[in-house]
Amino acid sequence: MSDVLSLCRITKRFGPLIANDDVSLSLRRGEILALLGENGAGKTTLMNILFGHYAADEGEVRVFGEALPPGKPRAAIEAGVGMVHQHFTLAGNLSVLDNVMLGSEPLTQLRSARATARARLMEISERFGLPVDPESKVARLSVGERQRVEILKALYRDARILILDEPTAVLARPEAQRLFQTLRGMTENGLSVIFISHKLHEVMAASDRVSVLRGGRMVAERKTAETTPAELAELMVGRKVERPVRHDHDIGAPVLVATGVHVLEEGETRLNDVSFQVRAGEILGIVGVSGNGQGALGALLSGLAPPASGSLILDGRDVGHLGPRGLIRAGAARVPEDRHAEGAVGEMTVWENATLERLRSPAFSTAGFVRRSAARAFATELIRRFDVRGATSETRIRLLSGGNMQKLILGRCLSIGPRFILANQPTRGLDEGAIATVHEELLAARAEGAAILLISEELEEAVNLSDRIQAIVKGRLSQPVAAGEADARRLGLMMAGVWEGENAA
Amino acid sequence: MRLERRADMSLALVVAAPLAAVLAALVLAAGLIAAAGVNPLTAYGEMLRGALGSRLAVTEMLTRATPLILTGLAAAVAFRARLWNIGGEGQFYLGALVTAWIGHSLGVPALIGIPVLMACGMAAGALLLSGPTILRLRFGVDEVVTTLLLNFIVILFVGLMIEGPLKDPLAFGWPQSVPVDSAYRLPDLVARTRLHVGLLIALAAAALVWLILARTVFGVETRAAGLNARAAAFAGISLPRTLMGVALLSGALAGLAGAVEVMGVTGSVTTTMSPGFGYAGIVVAMLAALNPVGVVCAALFVATVFVGADAMSRATGVPSFIADVIVALSLLTMLVALLFTSYRIRR
Repeated sequence: MSDVLSLCRITKRFGPLIANDDVSLSLRRGEILALLGENGAGKTTLMNILFGHYAADEGEVRVFGEALPPGKPRAAIEAGVGMVHQHFTLAGNLSVLDNVMLGSEPLTQLRSARATARARLMEISERFGLPVDPESKVARLSVGERQRVEILKALYRDARILILDEPTAVLARPEAQRLFQTLRGMTENGLSVIFISHKLHEVMAASDRVSVLRGGRMVAERKTAETTPAELAELMVGRKVERPVRHDHDIGAPVLVATGVHVLEEGETRLNDVSFQVRAGEILGIVGVSGNGQGALGALLSGLAPPASGSLILDGRDVGHLGPRGLIRAGAARVPEDRHAEGAVGEMTVWENATLERLRSPAFSTAGFVRRSAARAFATELIRRFDVRGATSETRIRLLSGGNMQKLILGRCLSIGPRFILANQPTRGLDEGAIATVHEELLAARAEGAAILLISEELEEAVNLSDRIQAIVKGRLSQPVAAGEADARRLGLMMAGVWEGENAA
Repeated sequence: MRLERRADMSLALVVAAPLAAVLAALVLAAGLIAAAGVNPLTAYGEMLRGALGSRLAVTEMLTRATPLILTGLAAAVAFRARLWNIGGEGQFYLGALVTAWIGHSLGVPALIGIPVLMACGMAAGALLLSGPTILRLRFGVDEVVTTLLLNFIVILFVGLMIEGPLKDPLAFGWPQSVPVDSAYRLPDLVARTRLHVGLLIALAAAALVWLILARTVFGVETRAAGLNARAAAFAGISLPRTLMGVALLSGALAGLAGAVEVMGVTGSVTTTMSPGFGYAGIVVAMLAALNPVGVVCAALFVATVFVGADAMSRATGVPSFIADVIVALSLLTMLVALLFTSYRIRR
């Protein structure tokens, strides 16, 4: 029998919600299995049962033929299962070696065998091609390096089966590609891998087999070589999903014009002599490898980072120093990069979040008192118009799924009929259905004449939505190219900092 | 066993948490009382009788609750915005001192003078808290440290003033400030007791604070700033302005507590006039889960413990310090209880 792992008829309920409904799954030796499903399909719950974080209500987990006792992560570790969580579980103030060793030594032992552990870590790191410096502090590592540490931690505990929960959610594309190369190398060494994802392209590129979960049920299993992204998308969503297509139309006069803008953060130049213009009815796409100044550009256009020099003109008015509130009043709408950290106050209700930006406007307050019924009505209208599921105006917003939260934030932006929209990574972490909705809304705003600046690390998204594209590299912007002339090769060169007439690198 | 976040807190849970916390604190303190050789039930019975057993006892308890409501509100307002004002004690004393100093020779009718003196006490408290708040906003100085240490500075300053420029010449050498003009003493609420109209002022303040926090733009913005400062800033809420507003309100409430205590109970300032009203305000605020209405209930509980403990001590011989133990324990048990209002245990 070549199955190293099997889940048999797993069912898990949370109150009235059935997170996993009679799910069976098997993993073969040396195989990469992708577990595909939308947010909320039950992928993470299933893996948590496998790893022993949750105990299943029905069904059992067998590893190398032996049934695992339910609800005991330690038993799973001892059986050779290693898990890399989406949100890392590392101590930032400890070194890589300390993090790897943590929990692997008995508490009663007085001396810790660092030298032995170090040698073993280095050996593993070399064998699997996962280079690390065992003595550097985890807090100083990049996200990709931290993930490497998580994988090493699992391998150090003799994992033969590795589970990765949305491993690329935090990675830029080149890092993700490197990760999948590493995983491939590990399966050649006899390990077996399950990775959870809702991104079709990486499932297609990196897996041998795909299992599709939808609404807690296992709906299909395919060999990757024998399926297509379109089929998987349909299986995952349960209906045909097509991302909307941009149609050419007449583009108006410039709405937002930046000229020679510099932005400093903590004394360092993050945006260097940046100039661009966004015209009415146009989407300008900004592409680039993450960490090249997208954050500062987002902060500038959100009103959080004033330009140190240069000007930012919205409808003929200098808005560089207005701050968020002034910018909103001037007709700008902003979709933040991180909806949990910046876009919403999780513990507050939907109506409070929906009106937070404009609470001081006469629509929502009189003489300093909140007009609660008006604010609630507004939130209810947003919920209806933007099809926000599972929420009333009184729901605390953290209970919404990522896609629904994003629809609400988008609704908050679009409801004012903005002149300019900043859409900063508007679909990051969303599933196919929600991505299509967000794209539709942005294109609808474009059709109504809004000027939109889209910052995206997803090339496909940028190319599909944008009328023109500029690349951001080390805080500088390339010249714009029309979407029609932007092929993958040209964009790749632009993102590497090579563009006509000069070399930004 | 693990903690899992609850989807929503039910109202029953919100009410049950402080009750459970108080009960747990009483059970824990019962161990100490038993160790002192007294039946805890007898002791608690005496305590209850001492605080609620007679008309006089009740008025004493309410007199004690009055400043606690105000300092509790001060802490609740600040903590909601994650401004850790531990300086209620100092703000209380400064409010009291300024009230005695100005109230000694103000020379206007009581109808004007009393509101003016309350405003002066509030201004003093607000001013005292604005210093640490500016330091935090400007330089990131931890206000827990600055507000806490300012308490000692203010109390020493009060000592300096009542031994020096503000010393009462008629107090036979007692270290006591000049008294507030008797015209400005707050009228009694119940004749021949110490209970004064300050209680009504405190209750009005609680209602007003509730209104501000729950119904105004400032209240919503304060909460947003406390819960997620980054998102609040993104939405255009000015954090410095919001925090300064919170600091002024919080400091004013603690200063008002001092003013009301001077005008209502003591008449002049001594360095022992507060049995830790400022610090107990923190416990009151936590027991109330930072809710202004809850603050009133929590203040009544803490006042009952303090007043009742004296009576219990006289009757049973258990040291009255047990009151401090109960109040401190209830803070700890409340912190645990708060955890369970937002999380549940799962296997």
